Amino acid sequence: MLRPRPARGFLPVPGTPRPSPVPEVLRRAPEVRSKRFRFPWVTMATSFEWPWQYRFPPFFTLQPNVDTRQKQLAAWCSLVLSFCRLHRQSSMTVMEAQESPLFNNNKLQRKLPMESIQIVLEELRKKGNLEWLDKNKSSFLIMWRRPEEWGKLIYQWVSKSGQNNSVFTFYELTNGDDTEDEEFHGLDEATLLRALQALQLEHKAEIITVSDGRGVKFF
Amino acid sequence: MQGGERPRVSEQRIWKDPLPPSLFPPHSPQLQAAAPPPPGGSRGAAGPPGGATPSQCGRRPVWRLRGRGERDWAEPGPGPELRRRRRRRRRRVMDRFVWTNGLLEINETLVIQQRGVRIYDGEEKIKFDAGVLLLSTHRLIWRDQKNHDCCIAIPLSQIVFIEEQAAGIGKSAKIVIHLHPASSNKDPGPFQSSKSSYIKLSFKEHGQIEPGRIRAVGIVGIERKLEEKRKETDKNISEAFEDLSKLMVKAKEMVELSKSIANKIKDKQGDITEDETIRFKSYLLSMGIANPVTRETHGSGTHYHMQLAKQLAGILQVPLEERGGIMSLTEVYCLVNRARGMELLSPEDLVNACKMLEALKLPLRLRIFDSGVMVIELQSHNEEEMLASALETVSEKGSLTSEEFAKLVGMSVLLAKERLLLAEKMGHLCRDDSVEGLRFYPNLFMTQS
Repeated sequence: MLRPRPARGFLPVPGTPRPSPVPEVLRRAPEVRSKRFRFPWVTMATSFEWPWQYRFPPFFTLQPNVDTRQKQLAAWCSLVLSFCRLHRQSSMTVMEAQESPLFNNNKLQRKLPMESIQIVLEELRKKGNLEWLDKNKSSFLIMWRRPEEWGKLIYQWVSKSGQNNSVFTFYELTNGDDTEDEEFHGLDEATLLRALQALQLEHKAEIITVSDGRGVKFF
Repeated sequence: MQGGERPRVSEQRIWKDPLPPSLFPPHSPQLQAAAPPPPGGSRGAAGPPGGATPSQCGRRPVWRLRGRGERDWAEPGPGPELRRRRRRRRRRVMDRFVWTNGLLEINETLVIQQRGVRIYDGEEKIKFDAGVLLLSTHRLIWRDQKNHDCCIAIPLSQIVFIEEQAAGIGKSAKIVIHLHPASSNKDPGPFQSSKSSYIKLSFKEHGQIEPGRIRAVGIVGIERKLEEKRKETDKNISEAFEDLSKLMVKAKEMVELSKSIANKIKDKQGDITEDETIRFKSYLLSMGIANPVTRETHGSGTHYHMQLAKQLAGILQVPLEERGGIMSLTEVYCLVNRARGMELLSPEDLVNACKMLEALKLPLRLRIFDSGVMVIELQSHNEEEMLASALETVSEKGSLTSEEFAKLVGMSVLLAKERLLLAEKMGHLCRDDSVEGLRFYPNLFMTQS
């Protein structure tokens, strides 16, 4: 299925530079190979496991009782994150979200109203899993793991493989051979950027510009 | 307006007139302008009230020779000689009028205009009815409202004296205009002769107040009188209440005084005699202070409400037990008033009485929910138990609306809804609000992980 790759560390002619990585088009993860990349849940709806709350009608009404509401919102947040994780949706518009089966249960004939969706998204933003991409709050970036956590994972891998004080391109980190087993393999660029920015704040990395994109230097 | 177009009424009179028609040239505005109006009576004439003077020339010799003067109209009762003279020459009033086209001359300006005016020749009604009367600086013009061509005018110099006649029942207000006798060589008018020396203008639609006159006559006069009467009444009332406000002030002082004395009585019992105390208390009673010592502030704790509360407790015991120990206040109101028949309770009295139920340690109590609903319930009624049973019922059925719940338990929908809302507040239930309505479910958010 996949084109055979040269073994790690093998170079055809000593001294020649490492061959450039295989273009992204051919090296896509199997799950997202379908043409309808924009609405992956169409192909994946069956594999996703909905929580029991999804089948509970009061879940789609914002509860007036404070304690009950807290539980409800917590359940919503985890549902949104797991949904986006499985469908590899990193950014979405609010319109899309409204129509998606995430907030729409057709079987129950229940829909989470717009104000409540806004409240859920606000809750996610407070937790650090969501970031608004524009001022009108019409599209957002969703990160099922917080950028700080991603940053920590990346830094752990870098330290483990002893590649401190080395420079990586963004592409290498997410799609490089070395990171294939890592969790952050295939991570989208926006999230990666924020993760590295978080690391930068901790003075563990520095984002630099290289010839064909951006790179990062770890300390 | 040309000479040929005259209304038919006056036509007849013209033909009957012995005077040759050559004496009356066809009317034209230039002629009107060229020939100044006949000499007006500077002596005794009211003159144009507007203040502008008409153009006058001196008296014509013809007129003077005839010896016309104020004598004709000034005397109240004509003597025999005058009567003879009058018979000889009929007085012409309407002949003072001339046909005109209604246009104003160069120096002439319009002072005032009034609709709905009728002209009377002396006391007689003539055909000139319902017209517009225009007063200009030079003339008094009357134009027919229906036939705009019919327009007659009289120079203001002809007017000697003006008086008003108040309106009566069936009569409209009138202005009587006394005129000079006409000259023979004036321009043709609608009438060649008329009997009296004055004309009357009848105003159907008010307006008879001449500018400058302030006398209270006529419809406007009546209105003014009414206004004055109203002002006077107003003044009288405020004067009367002035005394009343003084009385209120005095009464307040009296009440204060009585209160202070009552307190003194309380403190120093021995200073005044027994019967004086009794007398004083009777005075207080007559003023409305029943027992100054124990009277509390208005609105709470009155004897009446206390008694009423006790009565309610007696009446409501049985119905409450029938209805499961709880009843809304509106139901209580209906029940109690129906039972009473006469001497019905006002809602305010009922609420005040119910507020005292708990204080009086009666077996009922008033309870107010968050939404404002007020209910009477038995003291033995425990809402918590009710909530627990409600939760059980809802869990059995999976989910319930307030109507279904009311039907199941056998209570009114209002109270059922209150109970479910209370259960939600306690955290036992959660709600599902959709287009299908409001349903309540057991709160699985809390019970399930």
